Amino acid sequence: MSDARGEHVLLGMPTIPHASTVGHLRGDEPFPDAARRELGKPQLRRNLGAATATIRAKRAQVVGEVDDWEHLREAGRAIKAATMARLDEHLERLEREVTARGGTVHWARDAAEANALVTDLVRHTGEREVVKVKSMATQEIGLNEALEQAGITAHETDLAELIVQLAEDKPSHILVPAIHRNRAEIRELFLRTIPDIDATLTDDPRQLAMAARRYLRERFLTARVAISGANFGVAETGTCSVVESEGNGRMCLTLPDTLITVMGIEKVVPTWADLEVFLQLLPRSSTGERMNPYTSTWSGVTPGDGPQDFHLVLLDNGRTAALADEIGRSALHCIRCSACLNVCPVYERTGGHAYGSVYPGPIGAILSPLLTGVEDNASLPYASSLCGACYDVCPVKIDIPSILVHLRAEHVDAQEQAHRVPTGESLLMRAAARAMSAAPRWVRAQAAARAGRLLGGRRGRISSLPFPLSGWTASRDLPVPPRETFRSWWLRERGSDDGRERS
Amino acid sequence: MSAREEVLARIRSAVGPNPRAETVPRDYGRAAPHPAGSPALLELLTDRLEDYRATVHRTSGAGVADAVAAILTDRLGDRRTVLAAPGVAERVGITPDTGDLAPADLDRVDAVVTGCAVAIAETGTFVLDSSPVSGRRALTLVPDLHICIIDADQVVGSVPEAIARLDPARPLTFVSGPSATSDIELQRVEGVHGPRNLHVVLAADA
Repeated sequence: MSDARGEHVLLGMPTIPHASTVGHLRGDEPFPDAARRELGKPQLRRNLGAATATIRAKRAQVVGEVDDWEHLREAGRAIKAATMARLDEHLERLEREVTARGGTVHWARDAAEANALVTDLVRHTGEREVVKVKSMATQEIGLNEALEQAGITAHETDLAELIVQLAEDKPSHILVPAIHRNRAEIRELFLRTIPDIDATLTDDPRQLAMAARRYLRERFLTARVAISGANFGVAETGTCSVVESEGNGRMCLTLPDTLITVMGIEKVVPTWADLEVFLQLLPRSSTGERMNPYTSTWSGVTPGDGPQDFHLVLLDNGRTAALADEIGRSALHCIRCSACLNVCPVYERTGGHAYGSVYPGPIGAILSPLLTGVEDNASLPYASSLCGACYDVCPVKIDIPSILVHLRAEHVDAQEQAHRVPTGESLLMRAAARAMSAAPRWVRAQAAARAGRLLGGRRGRISSLPFPLSGWTASRDLPVPPRETFRSWWLRERGSDDGRERS
Repeated sequence: MSAREEVLARIRSAVGPNPRAETVPRDYGRAAPHPAGSPALLELLTDRLEDYRATVHRTSGAGVADAVAAILTDRLGDRRTVLAAPGVAERVGITPDTGDLAPADLDRVDAVVTGCAVAIAETGTFVLDSSPVSGRRALTLVPDLHICIIDADQVVGSVPEAIARLDPARPLTFVSGPSATSDIELQRVEGVHGPRNLHVVLAADA
């Protein structure tokens, strides 16, 4: 057990859960602005539309094969909920077991502390290059950039992460970070950035994958330090695991002398038997496979097999702040399958970059604000139509729509408190509540709304309202109010023979 | 306060004084409708392995060495460097891995032959456990052709049955087909960094 910086300066009360302030959890602009820009990229939308349709079909097929799928989902949800209730005990157990098996456990309050810890560990080996397994946690904390500042080069080895890294781009999907790029773009990128590449390379995905294999092979065979994340950490056995497809994970977890694993504290599960649930839920939800090609598990250090120096970094970085939110805390149950991205009508059109955070899509729209504090990511809870498809496919039954609504309410409350005077939005909501609470007022309000027909455009849409309602129509079209309301239609058609109808 | 103490204190503050840990329902399929090694499971395993582009060779327990030799001749001809996990070396008559070859040396090995700890029919998976029979992890990772021997009594139906048989203290590798990527337009390409060719010799005595 060690603490990277004993002199770490504490801000505020030490035991109050802290939101994350460092790392890649927020964009440079609000979601609507970023989304508008991304919507102007037809190639992106074509790539995304084709890719998400393919993966939705694959998932549906392999989930349909499993008779007890709903029982597995419920078990997965319950394991995660039970784990969060006693998270401190499970983490202490994990630490004890990893330590007993020859590993070293470190704790990091935030991204800066985790980055400093990992940088020190790499420096200690004397190496200037490390190989990396795809890991959301290390992306979240901006580890590659921190290592670069310390003069250490981190080589991403997952094919999609390699594509993103070579293009100096940002990932746009949890599972397939280069989903926004098509084969022609990738061929062009490889020809431009990979030294000594065969100039006759075509855009056939097999040829492109083989080019990546040749490029990375030498790095794997000579690497002495690897950095990974962890899909699960089993408390009772001190076992970490990485779920992957390409074998780059196995290369990193097996061949180097030193392995540094960065794991969010919410990734712990209590028992070995819990993996029997998640190893069924994750691959079918994620890649739409019965089982992914490779899953590795390891418990500390094994003499004669794999790295003999193993470090596990347990990362908070806002997770305890999310845990403190009674409604939002189930966002921490996420196993990063990305099924919710693939079914989301908003994600399918805007792509992942619009969300600004390394966690895009529906799960990102709740997880990012929970980790940073909602006021620091205030537009994301609105990046949804609340259609509920994400909840239906979630393998651990995270009620994403309810958490979105909860975070919107939190944002409105926070705005009201910050401004002292009510915002336009809260005034409108109050006016609506008053109008809806008495029938005569409601009828008068509807009559007034019909005046809105004057604003209608050709296709029955209102695309800009006068101030102060212009804020609403800045990112939405509004249907023109109908000539006749349902209530007046009912009165006209049925009112005569229904004695209860009064107005 | 150390980072450890602080993170733990934040957790306790977040969940409150008396958090209720709910009971986990385990009413998903944990029982085994088919006994290990039953013909139905061997059929299912074969089907699922082939679906993910592994090549399956069915043989008897006594036919394993011949089946392995035939695959090696077919794939590599006579000039070849082959190693076996120490626990199966004698069974297949191939030089055992002594554990001292560095990764770069293993890269010059053409093929490797191992056994496994358990196989899962429903998912087309076998699990290597770093035992003498499975070999160390690097052995089944670097060479481009992996031949895995699965004996019928190692074949169970489901993931829970396999998890119950495995020892988590050992480093484990769950293998389901050759390595693959779908990172380019979600088109599946078999064979990236792990062995590009995966053959399974499934041994059952009638």
